[in-house]
This record gives sequence, structure tokens and C-alpha cells, in this order.
Amino acid sequence: MSWHPKIPLHVFVFLVPGVLIYTIFSAWPLIDTLLLSLYEQDDSGARHFVGLANYNILLFDNEWSNGFWNAMWNNLKFFVIHMLVQNPISLLIAALVSNRMLKGANTYRTLIFFPTLLSVVIVGFIWQLILNPLWGVSETLLGYIGLDDYFDAWLGMEPTALITIALISVWQFVGIPLMLIYTALLGIPDELSDAAYVDGASPRRIFWKIKLPLILPTLGLVSILTFIGNFNAFDLIYSIKGGLAGPNFSTDILGTFFYRTFFGFQSSLGSPTMGATVAAMMFFVILVAVMIYFYLVQRKLQRYQL
Amino acid sequence: MKQITTTLSAIGLVTTAFMTYAPQALAGDLSIESWRVDDKSLWETKIIPAFNAEHPNIKVKFAPTAPTEYNASLNTRLTGGTAGDLIACRPFDVSLDLFKKGRLDKLNDLEGMKNFPDVAKGAWQTDDKATTYCLPMASVMHGFFYNKEIFKELGLSVPKTEDEFFKVLETIKSKSKYTPISLGTNDGWEMHQIVYTGVGPNYWKGEEGRQALITGKAKMTDPKFTAPYEYIARWNPYLSKGFKAQTYGDSQNLFALGRAAIYAAGSWDIAHFNKNAEFEFGAFYPPVKKSGDTCYISDHTDIGMGINSASKNKEDAKVFLNWLASEKFAELYSNEVTGFFSLSNHKITIKDKVANEMLGWRNDCKSTIRLNAQILNRGKKDLETTFWNVGAGVLSHTMTPEEGAKKIQAILDK
Repeated sequence: MSWHPKIPLHVFVFLVPGVLIYTIFSAWPLIDTLLLSLYEQDDSGARHFVGLANYNILLFDNEWSNGFWNAMWNNLKFFVIHMLVQNPISLLIAALVSNRMLKGANTYRTLIFFPTLLSVVIVGFIWQLILNPLWGVSETLLGYIGLDDYFDAWLGMEPTALITIALISVWQFVGIPLMLIYTALLGIPDELSDAAYVDGASPRRIFWKIKLPLILPTLGLVSILTFIGNFNAFDLIYSIKGGLAGPNFSTDILGTFFYRTFFGFQSSLGSPTMGATVAAMMFFVILVAVMIYFYLVQRKLQRYQL
Repeated sequence: MKQITTTLSAIGLVTTAFMTYAPQALAGDLSIESWRVDDKSLWETKIIPAFNAEHPNIKVKFAPTAPTEYNASLNTRLTGGTAGDLIACRPFDVSLDLFKKGRLDKLNDLEGMKNFPDVAKGAWQTDDKATTYCLPMASVMHGFFYNKEIFKELGLSVPKTEDEFFKVLETIKSKSKYTPISLGTNDGWEMHQIVYTGVGPNYWKGEEGRQALITGKAKMTDPKFTAPYEYIARWNPYLSKGFKAQTYGDSQNLFALGRAAIYAAGSWDIAHFNKNAEFEFGAFYPPVKKSGDTCYISDHTDIGMGINSASKNKEDAKVFLNWLASEKFAELYSNEVTGFFSLSNHKITIKDKVANEMLGWRNDCKSTIRLNAQILNRGKKDLETTFWNVGAGVLSHTMTPEEGAKKIQAILDK
């Protein structure tokens, strides 16, 4: 005799709103996008099924693939800059503000987190003004320390534009990894560091050998969140450089490439089906990265019961 | 359980009802789609009231979108069924595409159409010239503005030839603290639409070169198309220090504040400087190579108006378009929206001095339109933006004229 656990009806009732909202606004649009990328639209607006032809064009036809790989490459650089600058800085600041000896730690924390609360449009506008070679304050400020000869129109030059925007983004979002790491550090019981201290470990050694290994899972999480955030990024570049992501597409990342493909730009008309293909590629890139992370990294991380 | 399914289907119905609901204009209301954000207050305070003086029952709303966003967002709204009744038409292929997709109505029978010459209608007709789908509104012209006070201070006169032009630039650079030319490469479009297609016709002989490029007899790599790029590249030392990050707005401000002597201008800038510049400024057309050469100007049929084929209020839309074809509108528009020149046959007088001066170029020089506006863009999604990037690259010396021309020709060859 088999035994079926009877699930009470009200469980379904409580699940329905969530499942319904998630399906309508998240799962269905995603599936629909993936489906749309398999179609082609002709001049009259009619769509017909073309299989993987769009992906073939996007990845191998020069007219599309040059732009796509350029965006992909720039996006990777964008991510690497965040990993090298944003996350180490937030780790450092988190270690500093979690120090009980530091006076005014809460104030620092709030101030550093503050830019995250600003609208991207405002951040883009402010930094564009600060760095503006005609009326910006940065040249004058650099002049006070004798560095004004090094000032240039960083946002307008191909080698520096992407780095500059990435650093602006770091400035804005450094608060989020800071908060995550800070909370993780607070979760480490004082007894551990006290005991190490009694055993003669220096504060630096306590940090590297005891605290850092304990917050590794959080650092992994921060990295994967940075990856997802960067490969979905769009707004800051759009607000500073517009949809064309100039100069000469040097700040073009997947988000802006998608925007131009889907909505069109100036005299090039948008193509919903090609746009869906780009969006699907973005989804796959993120999916693969997250999968690699979960299977290869997250599972192997050792967790300690504190 | 039954009760739950009924509730659920009720929720479903309500959701569908919300999803299919799209804002629709009431009869008697008209909404205009346009990219002329700068003209919003003029439409609201001058043009629409003038229309309402004759047709008090039709309520008109002017709802513009930023120029670089216009085509894209208009397309989205047309597809979604939320676009306005009247659509400002870009010239040539962009609007032709809308017409072919059935988004714009045929306007052959519109009474006001008879007030426009064929040249004007040509920008909004099918290739066989049989069908017109937008009413021509205005053209724009391209050239240079100069700050008369700075020119007087430095004892300069308006340059007629390229040699004189560079002499003027050199004098401004060496004898004063003013920026010789206010121009930046950040936005890109002005590098092409104002600069390259503005000064280039002198080299490719206007229509002659443009038609040759369309028929394929000429190539972008020909000297007549690369020489203008070489000429533009020579402007580099006369720009402001940070011109690579200088936006179009920055360029306007630099000139309006009197910190730059010359500004590469479209006629639509007149209105902006009339409002914001406190000095007197004049205009000159692109200097020719040798004195005595025929001058060519870019006199571009820029803006038309068509009817959204999904409009609920086509009768009133037609009334409005016929009013746009009237002499009263031609006079009002050319004078209020300074720098846009009505395309109708009516004899009108323009009060603004600079606008009048520019209009006078039509008598001295031969007119052409922007190089790649007609036919060339078809099926070439990145031609226009490549032109922008090449213009910007050539001016900032990150690309040679030959490299740039090759890049463009490669797209044309596809």
C-alpha cells in the first residue's frame, strides 16, 4: 500500500500569487525571448521560423559579429576592472570599518554606501560634468597638486573611455560588496580572534589566516553578483555616452549593443528578432558563468560552523 | 476548488483587459510625434494657438522625443499602437520604410499637397514618385556661424576660400585666447550631418557626386570623397583642448558664451543662439577651394508630417495637415522656428537676419542634400553610424581619411 502525503489545499492557494507573478513577468518573457530569437521578421512585419540562423549571423557574419565580439570583449574588460578595483577596495574598507577601535565607522559606511542610492542618470551627469574638459572641475583640482598636465578628455578617447566609465561604476557600486563583506565579517565571533591574539598572532595574520577564509563564500557570492551585474550593465554607459557608446564603439558593451539592435539607432531600424538573439546570448553567457561558478567553485568552498 | 478557478479566471480576465488596454486619443484630439524637442514651447505657445484660432474644436498636443531616440521609440510606439496621430517624417528611407510597413497613410489626395514643388515632395515619395506619404514641412541648411564681435576685435573678414579660412583660424589661435572652431566629437552626428556633408559638396560637386555614389559610378575612396576628410583633419589644431569629450551641447555653449569664434552650424541653431548668445553673429557658407569656384551647400529636406494609419482621428489630422500647407503656417513656421525653411511655394518674408542670409545662399550656390540620405542607407544598418565614427576619427586623428573611406566603401559594397 503506497502512502501519499496529503498536501493541504491552502498551500497551493498561498503559492499561486507568487508562481503567477513570476511566470507572467519573469519566466514567460524569458522563454518568449528565447523563442523569438528563432524567428525572422520581414518588411511587412510577418515572422517566420528560421531555426538558429540568427545565431549564425550574430556570431559569424562580419556585419554583426564584429560589433558583437567587440561588445563582448569590452564587457569582459568592464568586469575585470570591477573585480580588480571594486572588490579589493570594498574588502579593505569592510575590514577597516568592522574594526571596533575605529571611531565613526557608521558614518564612513553610510557615506561610502551613499552613491549606490543615487540614480544612475544623476551619477552619469555629475561625472560627465566633473570630467568635462571645458567646464569640469577636475583639471583645476589636479592643478592644485601639480598634475594638470596629465588631464585629458578621458571620456572621449578610445583607450581611456571604457576604463573611466568602469571606475565611475566602481565609485557608485562599491557600497554593495562592502555591505555584504562587512556583514560577513561581523558574523565571525570575537572569541576566534581573541584566542588567536592570545596565541600571539598579529592583527594582519588574524585577518589573512582566520577572517578571510571564513568569508570566502561571501567573496565568491560578491564575484558572481559582480559578473551578473556587469554583463547586464547598460544604464551608466547609456547615460554618459548615449546609445552609440562612442568613441568608435570603444565603450560598447552587450547591454548597449542589445539596445541598438533591438530598438534601432538613428537611421538603422531595430530588429526585435535579432535583439532577442543578442538578449539570449547575454542570458547564455551569464548562465554558463553562474553554472561554472556553482559546480566548480561554490561546492568546493569549505564552510565552517561558527 | 471550483470557486478558486473562477476567481483565477476572473483575475486572468482583468489582467488581459489591462494588457490590451492602450491609451487612445479621443475624437477631436490630435497628438504629434516629433524629434524637435527644442521647439516644444514654440508649438505650444505659437503654432497650436494659431491653428486653434481657425479650428477651435481640435485639441492638439505636441509630444516630442529626443532626436537620437526618435526613430527607435517611434517604431516601438507604432508597433504597440500607442503612437500619436500625426508623425513627423524623417526624409527618404526611414519614412519610406514606415510607409511600406503600412504605418503611414497615402496622402496623394490631400488638398494642400498642391502647394509644394516636386523637389520638396521627393523626399517623401515612393521610388516611382507615384505616392506621397508625408507633407513636406521644412528644410535645413548647413554652414558656419561666426561671432561678429570677435571678428571685429581681431580685424578679420568672412573667409571665402579655404586658404582664407585657415588664415582666419590661425589668426584667432595665435592672436587671442578664443577657441577658433567650436566643435566636438563626443556625439558624432554633427561630424557627419553638419561637417562632412556640409563642406563636402564643394568637392564632389553636390548632386553630381551624390548621384554618382548612388549609381555606383563613384566610390567613397575616390579623391572627391576623401579630400573633404583631409580638409577636416586639418581643423584639428584649431579645436578646444578637450574636443574629444565635447558634446554638441558643449559646443553650443562654448559659442554662445563668446569663447569660440566660429561654430559649425546647422540653420536650426539660429533659434538657440538668438535666445542664448548676447553678441551679434553672422553666417557664411563653406569656403570654396579657389576663389571663383562654384559653391555648393547642403540644403536638406529635413522634416515632413504624415498620418499614422492607426489613428482614430484621421479627419481632424487631415484638417491639420491642410493647415500646415497654408501660407499662414509657412510664414509662421519659418519665422518662429527660426532656421527651418518652409518648403511650400508661398512667397514668404523671413524677418530674422541670419536666417535670411542663409536663405540667400540658395541664389549664390547650388543646393544638394546630405550625401547618404537617399537610397544608400537601405539594408546597410551601420552606414550612418560608420559615417559618424569616421568623421569623428578623422577629426581627432585616430583614423586616416583613406582608412575611413575604405571602411565606408566596404559597407556600400555589401
